[in-house]
Order: sequence, then C-alpha cells, then structure tokens
Amino acid sequence: MEGIKKSFGGVHALRGVNLEVKKGEIHCLAGENGCGKSTLIKVISGAHDADEGTMWIDGKEVSKLRPIDAIHMGIQVIYQDFAVFPNMTVAENIAMNHELMTGAKIMDWKQAHVLAKEAMDEVGADIDPDILLERLSIANKQLVAICRAIINDAKLLILDEPTTALTSKEVDKLWEILQNLKKKGIAIMIVNHKLDEIYQIADTLTIMRNGKYISHGAIGEYDRARFIHDMTGRDFVETKYSPAPSEEVIFEVEHLSRKHAFHDVSFQMKKGDVLGITGLLGSGRGEIGDALFGIAPAEEGKIRLNGKEIQIRSIDDAMKNGIAYVPEDRLTQGLFLERSILDNTMAASIKKYFLKGKLNYGKMEEATDSWIQKIGVVTPSSKPPIKTLSGGNQQKVVIAKWLNTDPRLLILNGPTVGVDIGAKYDIHAMLHELAEKGVGIIIISDDLSELVQNCNQMIVMQHGVVKGHLSNSVSEDELSSALSASGVPAKEAAAQ
Amino acid sequence: MKNKKTKAILTSNQMIIVYIMIVLSILIGTKNSAFFDFSTVITLCRVALVTLIFALAEMLVIVSGGIDVSFPAIACLTLYLPVFLETKIWKIDNVVLIFVLAVVFGLAIGAFNAWMISIMGIPPLIATLGTSSIINGALMATTSGKEISNLPASMDALYSSYFFTYTAPSGMTYSLSVLFIVPVIFIILTALLLRKTMLGRGIFAIGGDRNAAKVAGFNVRKIQFFVFMAVGAMTGIAGVCSCILARTAHPTNLMGSEMMVIAAVVVGGTRITGGHGTVIGTVLGVFLIALIENNLIMMGVPTYWQSFVVGLVIVLGTSITSLRAKKIAQSAKV
Repeated sequence: MEGIKKSFGGVHALRGVNLEVKKGEIHCLAGENGCGKSTLIKVISGAHDADEGTMWIDGKEVSKLRPIDAIHMGIQVIYQDFAVFPNMTVAENIAMNHELMTGAKIMDWKQAHVLAKEAMDEVGADIDPDILLERLSIANKQLVAICRAIINDAKLLILDEPTTALTSKEVDKLWEILQNLKKKGIAIMIVNHKLDEIYQIADTLTIMRNGKYISHGAIGEYDRARFIHDMTGRDFVETKYSPAPSEEVIFEVEHLSRKHAFHDVSFQMKKGDVLGITGLLGSGRGEIGDALFGIAPAEEGKIRLNGKEIQIRSIDDAMKNGIAYVPEDRLTQGLFLERSILDNTMAASIKKYFLKGKLNYGKMEEATDSWIQKIGVVTPSSKPPIKTLSGGNQQKVVIAKWLNTDPRLLILNGPTVGVDIGAKYDIHAMLHELAEKGVGIIIISDDLSELVQNCNQMIVMQHGVVKGHLSNSVSEDELSSALSASGVPAKEAAAQ
Repeated sequence: MKNKKTKAILTSNQMIIVYIMIVLSILIGTKNSAFFDFSTVITLCRVALVTLIFALAEMLVIVSGGIDVSFPAIACLTLYLPVFLETKIWKIDNVVLIFVLAVVFGLAIGAFNAWMISIMGIPPLIATLGTSSIINGALMATTSGKEISNLPASMDALYSSYFFTYTAPSGMTYSLSVLFIVPVIFIILTALLLRKTMLGRGIFAIGGDRNAAKVAGFNVRKIQFFVFMAVGAMTGIAGVCSCILARTAHPTNLMGSEMMVIAAVVVGGTRITGGHGTVIGTVLGVFLIALIENNLIMMGVPTYWQSFVVGLVIVLGTSITSLRAKKIAQSAKV
C-alpha cells in the first residue's frame, strides 16, 4: 500500500503511510503508542476506509474494502483481545468464522471438529477441542485465534501486539509457530514496539511515527541506535547512572524478614543511590516492596529512614513516613481508570487540599497542570479519564501521584512494563533527577538492561534471601549470569 | 478420559439439582406418604406448565447477555386484550384467534423492547422495567383491575380437555391438561434452536462476548431482535394458557412472577452474566421450585416460611453456579 492517509474529524491519524508485505516473510510494524499502527491495521482489514492512497492485494488494486472482502481476500487480523468466545469450546471457536462465511444456517458440529483438528495440526497446537475457552491460558487462547484465522486460507496474518500478555517461554513458542506458518507461504505482519522481540523474529521492518511512514528495510539494516531514532525521533545515549559519591545514609534495612516471603534482608542506601532489586517471580523481590510500603509488613528487622528508626505496620505508616510505592500492575493497583488525570494525580495527597472542610479545586488543578508539564504527559488537559492515555503516559501519572506527596523514598515495581521507549527514557531521567535530590529510589524489576542502566547498586534475590550484591559496573550479561547462577535460566530472567 | 467425562456429568449443575430434588422428595415423602404417588407428577406438571414457558423464554434472553422483566406484564396484556376483544367487542368465540392475537401482541411488544435495547442502547433491565410499568399501568387504568370471568366457550373446552385422568388410591382424580403439550413443544424447539442452528450459536456468541460476535460476522442487532421477540411470542402463548387454566382473564394476576422465574432459570445453571445455559437445567430449575412451593404446605411449614425456604434454595442453588464460575476463573489454565 502506498500513500495511505486517514483523518478523524480533523485529527490526522495517518498521513501518507507506505507499507509492503511480501509472501512468506515476517514483517514487523513498529512505532510508539499512538503512532497510528492500529489505524493502519483497521484500514488494511477494511474496518476503516482510507481517505487517500492506493492499496494492492496480490498485485490487484483495491479501492473499497469492507471487512468481509478483506477476509475473502485472505487478510486476517488477530487483535489484542483475540475476539474469541469464552463460553464456547475450542472446536466451535475455531470453526465459527468459517461456518458464518459459508452462510450456514445449521451448526455442523462434526465439521467443526474436523476443521479444528486440521487447523491445530497445521499450526502445531494440541488443545482438547471440547474444552471451554474460559479454561485456557492466554497463550492458548491466542493459538485458538491463530487456528481460526488460518482455516479461511489466510494469505496475510496480522497480529496486533501479540506478546503483551505472554511469558517469555510462550513468546518463544509463538515465534516457532509463526516461523512455521511463514514456511507455508503465509505473510505475517506483527505490530510491536519491543526491540528485543523484533530482533528475534522480524525479517523486515516498517517504522511509523506520528502517523507518518519513517523507514522500511531488512532487519539487518537497523542497529539499535537507528531503530530507536526512527521510532522516537530522538537520540538517546544509553549511559549508566552514576551518582556523585556521598556518605550520607538515607535509608537502611537490617535483617528484615517475613514468613513465606523473604528472610534476613539487609541493605543500605546513600544519598543519590538508586537500588535495584531483581530475582525471579516468587523470589521475594516484589514482597520486599510490599513490606516496605506496609501492604504485607515485615515481621522482624529494623528500618531506618534518614537516620531515624521507623515502624511500618500498615500502608498508613508507610505514607506518614514519606514512602511511596508504584505498584506492579498500574491498571488494577495504581489507577482509577474511569477517573480524570486530575483525580488520579491527586489521589494520594488529597488531604493537602482540604481546607476548612472544602477541597481547593483551583490548587489541585494548578498542581496537576504543573506535573503534566514537568513530567511530559501527552494530553490536551487534566480532564480526560486516565484510561484514554497510553501506557507510558498512565505510568507517568502514577509516578506524579506519588511525587505530589513529597516522598523521601520511592519504590517502583516494574516501572516501565508496557511503556514505550520515549516514555521509558523520560521516566528514567526523572528518577535520576530525584535520586540526586536525595530521594531514595528502589527499582524492582526483571528488566536487566533497565537495572544496569539505572541502578548504581543491585541485589539479586532467590527463594526469599539475598543472593548477591552487585554494583552497576557489571554488564547485562554478568547480571544475567548472576541470576542464572541462582538456578534460573538467563533467558527467562532477561524477558521483559 | 472416560472417567473424567462421567465425573463431569455426575457433578454437573443439572445433576446437583437432581440430587437436591431426590433429597427433598425423600424428606417430603417421610412426612407425607401420599407424596410417592403418580398424582404428584401430574400436580407438578400442572403447576409448572406456565412457568416452564416463561423460564425457557427468559433463559434465551439471559444466555444472550440480556434480561427481560417485562414478560409477566406482556402475558397479562396478551391474555386480557384478546379475550376482551372477542367477548366484549367482536362477540365471537374462537380460541385459535385468541392465541394468534396473543402472539402478535407479544411479538410487537418484544420488538419494542429490542428496539429500545438494541437501537437506543438502553440497558435491558431498565428498558423492560419501563415496558412492564407502561403495560401494567395501562391495564390497571383501563380495567380497574376487573377480571373477565365469562371466557369464550372454546377456551373452557380446552380447559376440560385432558391427555388422561388418573385416580389416586385416595379416590381423588388427577388430570393432565392437553395444554401441557405447549411447554413440551417449546422445550424441543428451544433445545434444537440453541444447539443446532447458527442463530442459536449466535445467541451464545453475543452472550459470551458481544464484540467478538460482531467481529466474527454475527448480526448482533438481528439476534437481539429475535430473542426479545421470541420472548414476546412465547410469553403471549403462556399468558393464554394461564388464562385457560385459571378460567378467568385477570389483568394483573401474573404480575410479580418475574423474580421466581428468573430464580428458576439461574438455579438451573444459567449464568446471569450471559453465555451459559441449558434447556434441561432450566426445566429442572422450574421443577425444583415447583416441588418446594407445592409441598411445603404438606410438610406443615407455615405459609410465611415458604417464601423463606424458596429464597434459601435460590441462594444455595445460585451459590453453586457462581462458585463454579469462580473456580473456573481461578483454576489453573491449560
């Protein structure tokens, strides 16, 4: 397709996009959140009409494309939510579209089973065809969606952010399946913005930014720097954070323990320090964060903040002592999705604006607007509900919410999960600035490159105990092998 | 594999209702030996006749992800208006025409419900509450709650047509009305619809995930219209049946029966959130509640406590359904 343009009520979602996908290749469409990737897919699948531009399918020019035409031409889209039926069996889910396409009035259960079996054989999936979909893991639901897509002679299979909810093992399995389909001559297009994954799977790459086509070429033509530059339009120097040395101890933990979570954890943070805590799921890395914020308090041990010993038995205790916590899952733990940016930013510090029994809305708006400015949230105002923002902007608001409480210690659990590159750098820069001002920063993460770049000291957890203290002079590989020495396959740990 | 399937069947919702019914029957039987008699079956069928039709209709709506609380009002209108027209205005006597009119009125109101829900986007509970109130208000205002007890002779003739009459050892006679054929037909039709037709699968589809249904190519609007109009038609027939059995056309008698019907449907394993439900479960749910309502008196339970016990069974029955749903949601995924 060439020169595709699309606008919605004056907003140009797509302004001249070129895209070419060849038979039997895996093509990645990369770009930051909101760059128009989803709109482009909708144009290809016929859900939206392009305002300008030409599209060719199999060498033939296509003008008006309805969703059903796209399906007949072999274009299949697997959206992030898969659009499967949780209340139906695997076989029925796979066969449903085919039955509908043939215009059948009678449901043919035998044929459904045959179709499902064929599709699963082709894809290399092995799932009980009679099980209800609500019993399946996300990875298997995705497999069902892929099976359903290919039974209608798919020529082009489009997957929208297919790895968001998968574990690294499941991602590997997905790549295997896609490689397999590629060999059968199906063109595959993957929408993604995770660098590492794109390097693993893509043959060719198209990069978009702000609704514009930026570049396209074989994956070999892109090194990391060009990739990031094309995606964000900015150059980032990947540097390691190294604070000015200081002797002033701001936060100290001694012999901290909680049954079934972690045991005898001690560490010390000086002014300017950014501490990384890593380890596998279940190693106790997240539990330490929960304990310091009083969600599941420690049962033994001492905590000293700015030289003063403090007791943390509840979230209230933690907040009174100036501890803030950015939780792992911002959607369920960090945000009121339906409420405005203002409400979310003020949520942890609302008491400050309570004057003579009234909330001072003027002050609240002022404060929110200044945060939006300071941390660069992309939004027209503080009014829209938070769910309308992209993941990166949402996370910025979660952090702003805590910064507005003037914390002395900020704990972040997985601070950049699902955040695109530009926002990721913004968040990291903000953390460095805070650390230099003397706010203690603890990053809990399994993103090793994030840790190495941002933390000047790290602790590795395994089975609830501290396995090792490392400084940031280590490389990513060394950290990865420190993790694998703790009985962990490095790949698993390196996965975002 | 075989064992697993047997276990799945033995612990299914339907079987649990069967177990509860067996235990209840034994309890009732020990208090009242006359219970273990064929007459009990006939009584239950008679009691459940109209409720069965209501419940099947309601099950369709709930499976599609909606709810309809207007069916008692629709039934009141569709039993009263045709009888009123025939006896007071047209002075004719034709039971077939009464059924036809009832179905036509039912379809019309069902289409109105579907229009509000599907096109206007009003939540089903609110839309059908509105319909219910409009119809009930109109009936009360125009009839002042007066019944028509002089039914056309053809209706009375149907009342006294039986499949068979059974004489119990006590000398009492029990007869099964020919009208019982109506719920039986609906049971078969609904089962075929849901299991064998694409329309039926579409009802499950929009109840499971409306967006997925749209993407897959189901005509969501058409399916919603079908469901609510089917409720209207089935309810119309149920209304006339109840009128024949009661031998009077009362404009408000059926009002208030919606909660018990919805309870029977949900006890029968239909998930109130849509997407799950079976005909056999619904039928069992209706009979379970009929069994309880009808026999508590014989067991010496005072009237006030009856609704207490029915409520208890509803809470227990639905807890099983939702505990299962919860367990599935939390169980290890494959």
